[in-house]
Amino acid sequence: MIEVLIDEAVLGLMLIIAVGVLYQRNLFAAAMLTSIYSLLAAALFVVMDAVDVAFTEASVGAGISIILALGALALTCGEQKARPVFALGPFLLVLLTGAVLIYGTSDMPAYGDASAPIHRHVAPRYLEDSRGEVGPPNVVTSVLASYRGYDTLGETVVIFTAGVGVLALLGRRRRKAAKPAEEEA
Amino acid sequence: MFAAAILAIIVTMLLILARALLGPTVWDCILAINSFGTLTVLLIAAHGFLMERPEFLDIALVYALINFIGIIAVLKFFEYGDLGPGKRARLDEDQG
Repeated sequence: MIEVLIDEAVLGLMLIIAVGVLYQRNLFAAAMLTSIYSLLAAALFVVMDAVDVAFTEASVGAGISIILALGALALTCGEQKARPVFALGPFLLVLLTGAVLIYGTSDMPAYGDASAPIHRHVAPRYLEDSRGEVGPPNVVTSVLASYRGYDTLGETVVIFTAGVGVLALLGRRRRKAAKPAEEEA
Repeated sequence: MFAAAILAIIVTMLLILARALLGPTVWDCILAINSFGTLTVLLIAAHGFLMERPEFLDIALVYALINFIGIIAVLKFFEYGDLGPGKRARLDEDQG
């Protein structure tokens, strides 16, 4: 009960921040508000027991993306030029998309439902047979290293490629030290 | 007791959010974001104790570190980077 209340309070705060980002003219303040939004989303994931997702959200949403936004702001202007006019067509389109998405959630199993398909499909077999079939006492290790081995290999290749790409972009010595702060940050 | 603590944290979050949204200068916004990060850490810690899983305290600590690094990055940008609003805010402070 109290958990649902916490969820709703955090979601309400996120809604307020989202509206605040829309109305904020100063782009720097908007970027900072986005960072709070990510931090709250991460807290929401922790409250819902999805700790690994929360870690990703906190490090990417509140960590890296704010730095990227600041880098973009350093290259451009920090103030939104003109107040956008209210456009009826896009507004209706967004409203319609939101309504369809909300309609789509009505088919999903209830939050925490033990009989949801995802808990019935392969999870029981992993929990019961992984010790005999794979070996390691940690079920997560067996799932990642054996049952989903190719998936893990693909993920590792993607992350390695991304790391090589970042090194190729940033690792070169710059001819002119135009932005020392960007490299330090 | 932990429920009351969480309630108090959420009310404080609302107050800080008001400062971040209405704050006259960018510095109010930075300070509000920093406090908000601290409150998120507190919220996770209090929630861990409420659900009787105090192991989540470690996660709260990592969040505190991420928040600290983020604020350091932002302040470094203001000190060395070429940010439009930063310069203007500094000029405003000098004049005001």
